[in-house]
Amino acid sequence: MNQNPTPQTGHDTGDYVTVNIGPSHPAMHGTLRVVALTDGESLKKVDPEIGYLHRGVEKLGESLTYHQFIPITDRLNYCSAIPNNVSYEMAVEKLMGVEVPEKAQLIRVIMMELARIADHQVCIGILGVDLGAFTPFFYLIIQREEIYEIFEWFNGARLTNTFGRIGGVDADLPDDFEQRWEELKPNVRKANDETEKLLTHNRIWMDRTIGVSAFSAEDALNWGFTGPCLRACGVKRDLRIDEPYCMYDKFKFEVPVGKNGDVFDRYIVRMIEMEESLKIIDQAYKLYKEMPADAPLMARVPKVIKPPAGEVYSALESPNGELGFFVKSDGSAKPYRIRIRPPCFMIYQAFPELVEGELIADLVACLSSLNVIAGELDR
Amino acid sequence: MDLKKRVEQCLGPDNLVVSMIECQGDLSVEVPKRSVVDVMRLLRDTPDLGFNFLSDLFGVDNLDLNKPKKKPTKKTEEGAETEEEPEEKGPFPPRYEVVYLLLCLERNERLQVKVRVEESDMEVDTLTPVWKAANWPEREVFDMFGIRFKGHPNLKRLLMWDDFPAHPLRKDYPLEGQGEERHLIYDD
Repeated sequence: MNQNPTPQTGHDTGDYVTVNIGPSHPAMHGTLRVVALTDGESLKKVDPEIGYLHRGVEKLGESLTYHQFIPITDRLNYCSAIPNNVSYEMAVEKLMGVEVPEKAQLIRVIMMELARIADHQVCIGILGVDLGAFTPFFYLIIQREEIYEIFEWFNGARLTNTFGRIGGVDADLPDDFEQRWEELKPNVRKANDETEKLLTHNRIWMDRTIGVSAFSAEDALNWGFTGPCLRACGVKRDLRIDEPYCMYDKFKFEVPVGKNGDVFDRYIVRMIEMEESLKIIDQAYKLYKEMPADAPLMARVPKVIKPPAGEVYSALESPNGELGFFVKSDGSAKPYRIRIRPPCFMIYQAFPELVEGELIADLVACLSSLNVIAGELDR
Repeated sequence: MDLKKRVEQCLGPDNLVVSMIECQGDLSVEVPKRSVVDVMRLLRDTPDLGFNFLSDLFGVDNLDLNKPKKKPTKKTEEGAETEEEPEEKGPFPPRYEVVYLLLCLERNERLQVKVRVEESDMEVDTLTPVWKAANWPEREVFDMFGIRFKGHPNLKRLLMWDDFPAHPLRKDYPLEGQGEERHLIYDD
């Protein structure tokens, strides 16, 4: 990080002006800072600086037991905590060689897909706000709040869910889930439709998003892109299909891909993914209902988790892309090393290449469309 | 043919495999540090391997694993504790390792590649010419462990501030920190 945090302003480098954006600017999503060298309105050089939300999560993990680390994973991508929890639990389960009961896997799928919808709703809502479209934000955020109601009523927390345990889940879906879900589903669809009507064919929206920060598939793979940002570039890759986990191979759903990898394609990919997630939840809930009521929710795991010495990497498709955990055990009750592979980290490092040559206003659009979450970026 | 044999076939003739470990289906290959970039190019360009995606790159500190394990002390009848001599082992493995997680997009296969880094020679060749994705992870490894990457375009601290005096993910760095403070200097 720059030793001197005060930005250089004025004509200090010839004709160019250095502009400091963030870290506490509303358009910079929390704690991201970009130092940009500008030529008039266009960006000559962009230097993102991160670390303002660094809490030492990986170091903390080495001093906690395996179960104590689950609440810490909530604080990575705080817009959708559940995939973080499940990803970590899957890594430890893989290390221990534990097979999770099917009913628990289905509950995980239902909750993870709800979290995916909530995450995409935030992303698109904020993208709209950053580009000056305030109305869709309300349509989407109201429905996100309904999803958070379900989470809250499932285990008492809106954001930091601490969902599941190593070996399964701690609680069954409540009895009136079906009723709540049937109420929620049409409302989510309606909100998405309204958003689509307001944005997709809107002249201003198209001008601000089509062709902005376009990226080729080759570059995206070279930079380690995953998730909606990679699919927007035209690469059909989704861990739910390519490396199925949690019974995802039993559900039928489409993986949307874009073409140009610009802001518009990322928006469209996310919109379609929400619809597909609704379908997945329907199928998962149907399978769930066929299970006997007393089917086990937890695999047989010891009270004190002591995996055998070894190291594994396990990843799943989080709303932002491949979220992986590398867990190394030395045979004791605390992990020896935990490495988190956050999807944003790889995507955000390509930020200079994405926005250089564009306008300052497009930097904001690009940042929102990448859905960079500082919590998992800095860890 | 399974992955292990294919990797051996690819790297074996040049003696590029130091060891191979399989843990719960995850294959990890240790390669010599000096030839890590060549190995990556080989793994990427050999047709039946095709590891064309760098998923992640990070460091591990083996300090605590290298410590001789104390055997549980036995209490004698008088209550006095007798400590047994730790078992003699061979030379300890080098303290640090850098782990590369590779992925083959066509076959969905994953491979861990490892290099071990001695405390006396904390420099590894950079992987940025092969994959641009190695840029920030290498900076983070430098930040957290102090391992330098030779040829990296912009090797400076990523998460901690520039004049932070230590490398926090090392095992001998205390969890509470060492009282470092960041003093903000403002121009008048």
